[in-house]
Amino acid sequence: MSKVVETVSTVAIRFAGDSGDGMQLTGTQFTETTALAGNDLSTFPDFPAEIRAPAGTLAGVSGFQINFSSEAVYTPGDAPDVLVAMNPAALKANLRDLKAGGMLILNTEAFNAKNLERAGYAKNPVDDGSLTAYRVFQADITGMTLKSIEDLKLGNRLAVRCKNFFALGLVYWLYNREMQHTEKWVEEKFKDPVLRDANLRALKAGYNFGETAELFQISYTVREAKIAPGKYKNMSGNEALGLGLLAASELSGLELFLGTYPITPASDILHFLASKKSFGVKTFQAEDEIAAVCSAIGASYAGALGITTTSGPGLALKGEAIGLAVMLELPLVVVDVQRAGPSTGMPTKTEQADLMQAMFGRNGECPVPVVAARSPGDAFFAAIEACRIAITHMTPVILLSDGFIANSAEPWLVPDMSKIPRIDVKFRTEKEGFAPYLRDDKLVRPWAIPGVPGLEHRIGGLEKQNITGNISYDAANHALMSKIRAERVEKIADDLPPTEIGGDQEGDLLVIGWGGTTGAIRAGVERVRNAPVRGERRRIGHVQLRHLNPFPKDLEAIMKRYKRVLVPELNMGQLVKLLRMRYLVEATSYAKIEGMPFKESEIVDAIRAELEPRAASRDELESRGSSREKLEVS
Amino acid sequence: MTRLIPYPQVRQTDATAQTKKEFTSDQEVRWCPGCGDYAILAQVQRMLPTFGVPREKYVFVSGIGCSSRFPYYLDTYGIHSIHGRAPAIATGVKAANPELTVWVVTGDGDGLSIGGNHFMHVLRRNVDLKLLMFNNQIYGLTKGQYSPTSPLGKKAKSTPMGSIDYPADPVSVALGAGATFVARTLDVHVKHQQEMLRRASLHKGTAFVEIYQNCNIFNDGAFTKLTDKETQADSVLEVEHGKPMRFGKDRSKGIVLDGRLHPQVVDVATVGEDTLLVHDETNELCALVLSRLGGDGLPTPIGVLKSIQKPSYEAMLCDQVERAVQKGRGSVQSLLDEDSWVVG
Repeated sequence: MSKVVETVSTVAIRFAGDSGDGMQLTGTQFTETTALAGNDLSTFPDFPAEIRAPAGTLAGVSGFQINFSSEAVYTPGDAPDVLVAMNPAALKANLRDLKAGGMLILNTEAFNAKNLERAGYAKNPVDDGSLTAYRVFQADITGMTLKSIEDLKLGNRLAVRCKNFFALGLVYWLYNREMQHTEKWVEEKFKDPVLRDANLRALKAGYNFGETAELFQISYTVREAKIAPGKYKNMSGNEALGLGLLAASELSGLELFLGTYPITPASDILHFLASKKSFGVKTFQAEDEIAAVCSAIGASYAGALGITTTSGPGLALKGEAIGLAVMLELPLVVVDVQRAGPSTGMPTKTEQADLMQAMFGRNGECPVPVVAARSPGDAFFAAIEACRIAITHMTPVILLSDGFIANSAEPWLVPDMSKIPRIDVKFRTEKEGFAPYLRDDKLVRPWAIPGVPGLEHRIGGLEKQNITGNISYDAANHALMSKIRAERVEKIADDLPPTEIGGDQEGDLLVIGWGGTTGAIRAGVERVRNAPVRGERRRIGHVQLRHLNPFPKDLEAIMKRYKRVLVPELNMGQLVKLLRMRYLVEATSYAKIEGMPFKESEIVDAIRAELEPRAASRDELESRGSSREKLEVS
Repeated sequence: MTRLIPYPQVRQTDATAQTKKEFTSDQEVRWCPGCGDYAILAQVQRMLPTFGVPREKYVFVSGIGCSSRFPYYLDTYGIHSIHGRAPAIATGVKAANPELTVWVVTGDGDGLSIGGNHFMHVLRRNVDLKLLMFNNQIYGLTKGQYSPTSPLGKKAKSTPMGSIDYPADPVSVALGAGATFVARTLDVHVKHQQEMLRRASLHKGTAFVEIYQNCNIFNDGAFTKLTDKETQADSVLEVEHGKPMRFGKDRSKGIVLDGRLHPQVVDVATVGEDTLLVHDETNELCALVLSRLGGDGLPTPIGVLKSIQKPSYEAMLCDQVERAVQKGRGSVQSLLDEDSWVVG
């Protein structure tokens, strides 16, 4: 029978199952294949907090969403067009997000009484008519997987685990994808020939099922996107950040020393760098967060590039040590991959609520530059920039990333290292005229490392006399040193490039974001710009700040070119408060604090509401499940 | 260890011609008159020039406390850091540049209270550094609270009815952490202290030296029994590797272990020297027995209680990196190009 092949421009698929079902692997493989097929894409893995929650429960559901297209893609997709649910819990947890009329692929074998009960279903949703709004495809994925490999005699437990490859194969058929990449991956990854064959067979069986079963009459293609020519790779934020740190080490000639402690979602940076010893990288898994940052400070003191990585709770612990680094005026990069807080919060959910902590989380007047990555690929450049500032201005720098950036992936134009500026490092060797806190025109003191004769000196956390570095309790000196520490950070803005503005360079509304919200904001801004209201096109600009402290010098003038300013953030309003505080600007906050990234539609609604402030009431907006706060200037 | 480009190429100073004067900074020493720290400072300033290490290679790292003012009084590289964290900072210094000679100065509060965690781990890891703990059994800098080594019942500013804390013993904690070198000495025993410093300087790995130090303002006389001419002979057991454990006036007393592992004080003339315990620095159990001596009629041991050789942390760290680099130093561009594809 001939089946129909439909061309579609954009598709979002969500794979969901028990955390032992291999959905992350399925999603990652589909992503790599799709990237090779030339589509633009963005992904969002949604991990459960537990490593292995009881099988079949809601707490154990693990999901992976990929949005791919023949057009430009900026977000992982507000709502999936296709939901692959490997068990009832996965269905329960994810159904509400599936588009009406969307495709629902269910693994019927898992919809037994026990699993239904564990997922909290009183009746089987397959039978009770609750799924009529969707196109439901029922397939005994587990059973067919087992059948396809039964002569391999794998043993039930291992055999069942191959079902994720069956699901992958099926979806490959559904979207007319090539399987070579995954086949090659399986061949390289599984040394045991039985496992290897089992997975390959399950993959093919899934594909063939789509091809032959009457159930599936339509398959889809998504054409290649018009991507600018160049060399690309699929990049997730943690890996990009790690690469950026390596790059900074190469660009500066400094040895990379990472002192860190495992914490979700930053641990992968440690794993990545620990495997890169051939780059001369020293990684040190310290006994706790404080020892981690202290070891990095010690390493910088000795002339290495000291880095520490953590998440929100770790940043809280490191506060005192970062203050010491401010007093010592040594290079140090503190990476905070933010997650939902407060306290332990939701370790596997994304949020950007550590900005205030990064700005003010130390005793006394203790200014620290803050840099934020804007996307998985941007994390590479943000890491280099954080290191550049730390080294050039002899200061700790806090580099903010978040769970979404860390784990989301996108195709990334591979940079050319030869085009990236070197980072100048000058260790002091001249004894004549040396003083530990004698400053240059950027108010930066010399980097005099131990081992160099003639420059022996002591530094510490007590207030020190300017220039000599001796302990000083003098009143005027403390005022002077406090001002110098603040001014040294302000001077970083002297060397920042002009701020990039997306969309209109002036007009009705400027949307300012920071961190991993870039894609959703860009998509939302484009959507509104391309949809004139009453024949009138709204002029909207988009700035995604990378530098949060100091702000770029041109920011104030830029904001004045627009009638209104809107600041969407995944917190309860932090950047908006900093902007209002610094510039006395009447910026509006659009704050969402659900442990989930923005949807494009949420940004669109917020922009429209800001453009027509009287049209949408507060109640209307709240009923959409997001909060919007208009801060009044008194 | 291969170094990347910006490291300064400098000529080391001659380590054989160093004197105490060069190691003394110009800062006025601000400890209270009569403080035991003066004596320790004097011995360190005297001994450092003799260890064959050029002055520029020393890094002294301290935390917070009277003890931790130490680095300011030496003309070497030094960091006066934050309370309890010196061992962690020092680990970073040594790991980044293993050619440096790193000394950590701490106290019973800085090192065993807030810093107890880092103390345990630096010893466990056996990072090649020297760790001096000035134990005065009190918090001096903050003016007289009790510390984790203060005896039960100690009346101090925060414990007017007497401390209800059982004290910890730094040597025992160090041995429990797996320390490879553990020694104890007294602030007033000049020659003994010098020898302990010398032994520590020679040790490859973490060398822990506990120095009983008298805080004459807030805890005067804590160690009088061990330092007073009348009582010291019977209260202090000076141990030396390979020598029988003898103490007392004319070294007439000795230590034996009875059949139920209880240390007993015996009269040497009566039992004969060959029945006495012989100190063995390389025997863990010997050190453990010694660590529990003190009080209850038993003398307090001083000397090198334990000294064994084990690869140090930073040596193993650098070795792993060297081996990986030798297989072929990585380039970031090749890592970036990995798994990439070309469009157009």
